[in-house]
Amino acid sequence: MELTTVWFGLIAVLWIGYFCLEGFDFGVGMLLPVLARDDTERRVLINTIGPLWDGNEVWVLVAGGATFAAFPEWYATLFSGFYLPLLLILLALIVRGLAFEYRAKRDEDRWRRRWDTAIVVGSVVPSLLWGVAFANLLRGVPIDADKEYVGGFFDLLSPYALLGGVTTLLLFLTHGALFIALKTDGDIRHRARDLGVRVGVAAAVAAVAFLAWTQGLTGSAGSAVLFVLAALALVAGLAVATRGREGWAFLGTFVAIALAVAGLFTALFPDVMPSSLDPAWSLTTTNASATSYTLTVMTWVAVLFTPIVLAYQGWTYWVFRSRISTRHIPTDPGTSSSPAPQPVS
Amino acid sequence: MDTLDIARWQFGIITVYHFLFVPITIGLSALVAGLETAWVRTGGEKYLRLTKFFGKLFLINFAIGVVTGIVQEFQFGMNWSDYSRFVGDIFGAPLAIEGLLAFFLESTFLGLWIFGWDKLPRPLHAACIWLVHLGTLLSAYFILAANSWMQHPVGYTFNRDTGRAELNDFWAVMTNKVQLATFPHTLTACYMTGGAFMLGVATYLLVRRRTPDADRPMYRTAVRLGAVVTLVGGLGVAISGDYQGKIMTDVQPMKMAAAEALYDTEAPAAFSLFTVGTLDGSQEKFAVKVPRLLSFLATGSFDGEVQGINQLRAQYRKTYGQDPGAAYYTSGDYTPVIPVTYWTFRLMIGLGVLAAAAAALFLWVTRRGRAPTGRALVMIAAALPLLPVLANSFGWIFTEMGRQPWAVFGLMTTANAVSPGVSPGEALTSLIALTLLYGVLAVIEVGLMLHFIRKGADPFVEPPSPTLGRPSDEPLTFAY
Repeated sequence: MELTTVWFGLIAVLWIGYFCLEGFDFGVGMLLPVLARDDTERRVLINTIGPLWDGNEVWVLVAGGATFAAFPEWYATLFSGFYLPLLLILLALIVRGLAFEYRAKRDEDRWRRRWDTAIVVGSVVPSLLWGVAFANLLRGVPIDADKEYVGGFFDLLSPYALLGGVTTLLLFLTHGALFIALKTDGDIRHRARDLGVRVGVAAAVAAVAFLAWTQGLTGSAGSAVLFVLAALALVAGLAVATRGREGWAFLGTFVAIALAVAGLFTALFPDVMPSSLDPAWSLTTTNASATSYTLTVMTWVAVLFTPIVLAYQGWTYWVFRSRISTRHIPTDPGTSSSPAPQPVS
Repeated sequence: MDTLDIARWQFGIITVYHFLFVPITIGLSALVAGLETAWVRTGGEKYLRLTKFFGKLFLINFAIGVVTGIVQEFQFGMNWSDYSRFVGDIFGAPLAIEGLLAFFLESTFLGLWIFGWDKLPRPLHAACIWLVHLGTLLSAYFILAANSWMQHPVGYTFNRDTGRAELNDFWAVMTNKVQLATFPHTLTACYMTGGAFMLGVATYLLVRRRTPDADRPMYRTAVRLGAVVTLVGGLGVAISGDYQGKIMTDVQPMKMAAAEALYDTEAPAAFSLFTVGTLDGSQEKFAVKVPRLLSFLATGSFDGEVQGINQLRAQYRKTYGQDPGAAYYTSGDYTPVIPVTYWTFRLMIGLGVLAAAAAALFLWVTRRGRAPTGRALVMIAAALPLLPVLANSFGWIFTEMGRQPWAVFGLMTTANAVSPGVSPGEALTSLIALTLLYGVLAVIEVGLMLHFIRKGADPFVEPPSPTLGRPSDEPLTFAY
């Protein structure tokens, strides 16, 4: 296989990892005002992802870096072309990341409410805009013969792109709700499960519409198979969720997102950024790529170190595998202490 | 203003802002790791209390360093897309490897360290913060390798067909001689910054009246640890800086000439401590000079010849053309802004020397078990963390401004690096949004830091025995 194809695949894997992992912590962030009834419950939600969200976010940084190294033209056209949406995503990720760390640092309601808003906005904006961005990648955007994006901001907001955004938003909400159901105990667990199923139905409708539209636009036989499997995984996940099997349900949305993203990349291949002006101006895995020397060096680094990264990141999930509930939340936020246990709710 | 000016301002503002936090992260992660290791080995309560106290300040600082780092990676594509196209084959690789090797390590093990007090055995818990520190070192190495390549491109060929620089020797990029000088210089400056931070904070707590007398010996330990690290770091900065100056003179003679505002070649050349010149820096009116020092700094010999701006400009015009107008060259005088390079160079050195001198003072006043008092010391303590922080900023401004007009020395000018498709309006939106947000975040960050510094270290609490993931009805020892 060509190294350019290998790297297209590796970048797809990085995006799959990003959406499957940060997808649920975006979902948890968005559900903060929906699922939690008081501050202790909000803290339960935040602590389900506390040790994990930062490692999840690195996936997109590595995806960005890998795109820069393996497909410099793609990186340059994409990031300068989708300028304002990316700026919004960056602003959202900045306030969101700080909110997790700073929210607990002061025992004042107003302080915490403001950071809660930052978490919600910081989770909604990327959840929506990543979908918009990917839809635009698949549909094609105005790219000229010099590989430059020549459209404006509003060219990015077609009905198809907005459906893409709504799809990722709903999928991440479902994914997050089922993660909360898996990671918490008590009342909140049941509320999360019920909500996950209800939002999941809407997510399934949006996802089927979006994937079918994508398949019609640019799909191949391979993408069709992956899209169908993704839809089946989502429906299966929701079905087992109604029976209280949260682990399997979460696996269902996890696999559904993975297959859907894999399908999107399959539908995109061998383009990386098709031009809507002239197919001859499209960026492809070959005309956007780095040299084979660079790709070879990068392949060795990836082969040697990716297993190590996966091992220790997986281990983190194992260390923090136990469920938490309101009784596990210490009274004094952000500090180590041994307060009196709270009554079990 | 056009997109180029805005993009340059944005790069300067957000990069300097990001680098206010990075050296504290690198230095303090090592110090916190050292303190926790001391606790694991000796069981001394003060070490655990200091670990947690400085750990908390470290986390407040780390959070903002990480989120502002995300912008750094994305802005190459957003504002500098032609740069990204031209050098992606070379520059992208260290960036991608930085993500894979360093960012995952830092973020994953920091999560384990923050939340793992009741989950991990003590030595393993201490190992987590050491791994975070290792991650910061790897991150520094790869990003500095990328920057060093811009200062002194190696291991590449210019491909006329594709119009870009292409990698042909990755090892050469990783062991670029500029990198081998820059990495130790930056790293020791980071340790110095972390040390000065600890020194300043602990001195304030040691000296102020509100601190319980029982805690003073603990803060004295931190003062001395911070002072030793600042001093040793400062020594390393001086030695590596001296070496770096000679490499810089070798590969970027114009930067050294600009640092000195040396217009005509001299042998031997004097180092000016202070100069009042015309506003454009082209003529000096008054100067305090140390004879032969510049020759030594630049060449290692007190008689060495140091090339002047005028001669270098003529030479660069010959090498790179008067006005080639071709893709990656522009006309120009090949000279950076002299007053900026001159003063940032001096401020970098001067503030660093001041910080090291202050560290020596604190070692002296805390000698043989002494615990000093006095308002003057508090004032020095308050200023101390700022000295290396500002020295770092001026150092980077010097390094980057001194390379102008080049983005990649000798290969691509900054003017050619900017995104052609980004409108001034888009760039300005981004500049304003990021600057305003960063301003607000700075106020919040400093407020939180001061809040927790005033509170001082928490009382000692024995950490629970680890459960390693077993379900437990006990409250978590750490929760957001």
